[in-house]
Amino acid sequence: MNPPAFSVRDLGVTFATRRGPVTALSGIDLDLHPGTVHVVIGESGSGKSVLAHALLDLLPRNVTLRGSRHLGAEDLAAADARRWREVRARHLAFIPQSPMSALNPVRRVGPLLVELARARGVARSAAWPAVAAALRSVDLDPERIRSSYPHHLSGGMAQRVVTSLALVGSPQVVIADEPTSGLDADLIDRTAGHLANLAERGAALLVITHDLTLAQRLGGTTSVLYASQLLERRHTGALFDSPAHPYVVALLDARPERGGRPIPGMPPELTALPGHCVFAARCTRVRAECRREVPALHPLDDGGVRCVLHAGVQQGVG
Amino acid sequence: MTEASGASCTPASSRGWDEVLSAAAVSRGYGHGRGRIEVLSRVSLDVRPGERVALCGPSGSGKSTLGRILALLDPPDEGEVVLDGEPVRATGLRLPRTVRQQVALLWQSPRTAADPRLALAALVTEPLRSGGRRHRPPPAAIEAALAARCAQVGLAEELWGRYPHEVSEGQLQRACLARTLIARPAYLIYDEPTSMLDVSTQAALLEIIAAEQRDRAMGVLLITHDRTLASHWCDRSVELAGVASQVAPEPLLQ
Repeated sequence: MNPPAFSVRDLGVTFATRRGPVTALSGIDLDLHPGTVHVVIGESGSGKSVLAHALLDLLPRNVTLRGSRHLGAEDLAAADARRWREVRARHLAFIPQSPMSALNPVRRVGPLLVELARARGVARSAAWPAVAAALRSVDLDPERIRSSYPHHLSGGMAQRVVTSLALVGSPQVVIADEPTSGLDADLIDRTAGHLANLAERGAALLVITHDLTLAQRLGGTTSVLYASQLLERRHTGALFDSPAHPYVVALLDARPERGGRPIPGMPPELTALPGHCVFAARCTRVRAECRREVPALHPLDDGGVRCVLHAGVQQGVG
Repeated sequence: MTEASGASCTPASSRGWDEVLSAAAVSRGYGHGRGRIEVLSRVSLDVRPGERVALCGPSGSGKSTLGRILALLDPPDEGEVVLDGEPVRATGLRLPRTVRQQVALLWQSPRTAADPRLALAALVTEPLRSGGRRHRPPPAAIEAALAARCAQVGLAEELWGRYPHEVSEGQLQRACLARTLIARPAYLIYDEPTSMLDVSTQAALLEIIAAEQRDRAMGVLLITHDRTLASHWCDRSVELAGVASQVAPEPLLQ
């Protein structure tokens, strides 16, 4: 496999708040390889959006960030604000959660996109053709979009506009945060297609979502976050066919087509994370050793799982 | 006496045959002149007590518009909304509380629906505290209702004093659900349960709604684009098909 375009090691994020420190992420390793899809799923508050913002260095000031981030071979620990702006402009494309609020409401979409293409290093004369090609590849009419304001666009069109941003200037890494929230089934299908297309063109794609159907459609590798920790990482197909972690088993069973059984209990408060397995309090297969320490990420054939039930086991169980 | 009050709690026993929330040949458009768009054209839809109806359709088909009309928040241009046999002639605050609180709407995004200035306890109990001193239950009753509803939706007591920005999306939607249920609406309209919440929270909220429904035959209209959810959770599904939609009610095979 190609070396990762972007990688993080032992990433941890803590927010200082009125109620004390909130651990939003801890011990996350992630490699984004060119031409591959990496999906991150998890419930609200699991830290998945914080992960996107940590990769882009867009976290607020009350944050302590641990661990390392590398763009190719470059260690971004040394990067100053100016370098980060350059990294975000040229190398990391971000597809934000709510496209309507991401587009400047007082600027026409055409000039806005051209400005972005210029920031990505596209020559002035080539900028509009590059933008037009990107818009066409997400089934939008460039001439119509060019003179539109964001409020002229429907939610689905706005989503496609921000997706097209990721195509301009071929950024190495594309990070999409909940790219389908608020879209209907047809648009979710199309967005999934556009995203898969990005990976085929050679981008390293990270998709953060709570939509399990989207995750399944995108394939690649899936990481499951829960209460700031990575609980399972597998090939997406294998994860959905034979989830290994009890949390993932329960999460998949909560889907309406599998009976819609909610997981009993609530996720732990991030201000008071237990010093042991974060899922122990809700787990039906909990044992004494689950409450002793945070389990290691035990290797499986195609990934890893943070659960003592799989210590020394090399296969997933259904 | 206890017999009688017990009987009044059993589903549908105190409610007559004409108990239904219906949109009758409702039309609605937005804009003026050449820019006008007809979103709904002569759409009819019934929700009966104890029933779970899914309202499906693509973006822009008028699902949320119909939801707002049925929630008595927006008037239709033509046609009427009939609540338990009585045509509803006004919307929003112009309606008497007794009518208004018969239908509750749970919004898809709790972040934008919840008043950021209210702590969760105030948010949940606001429907009881609004409407003047004469209609307000005594503080002890409000406290009791708060405790009961929060227990029902699984909102721990330490969260009651927190503000919307201090809780997670799932916790906030639980608070919003407690708020919609606290006035004991006869009908609940839930707009897009899937678009913001993870499957487990979504399943938990639907289970709470189902339990409430079993208790007192609340009618539920689920607005969703998720056909899997519609077919698994609802009794029947109504499809809105784009602009100038015609409703073709069809029972789903389970």
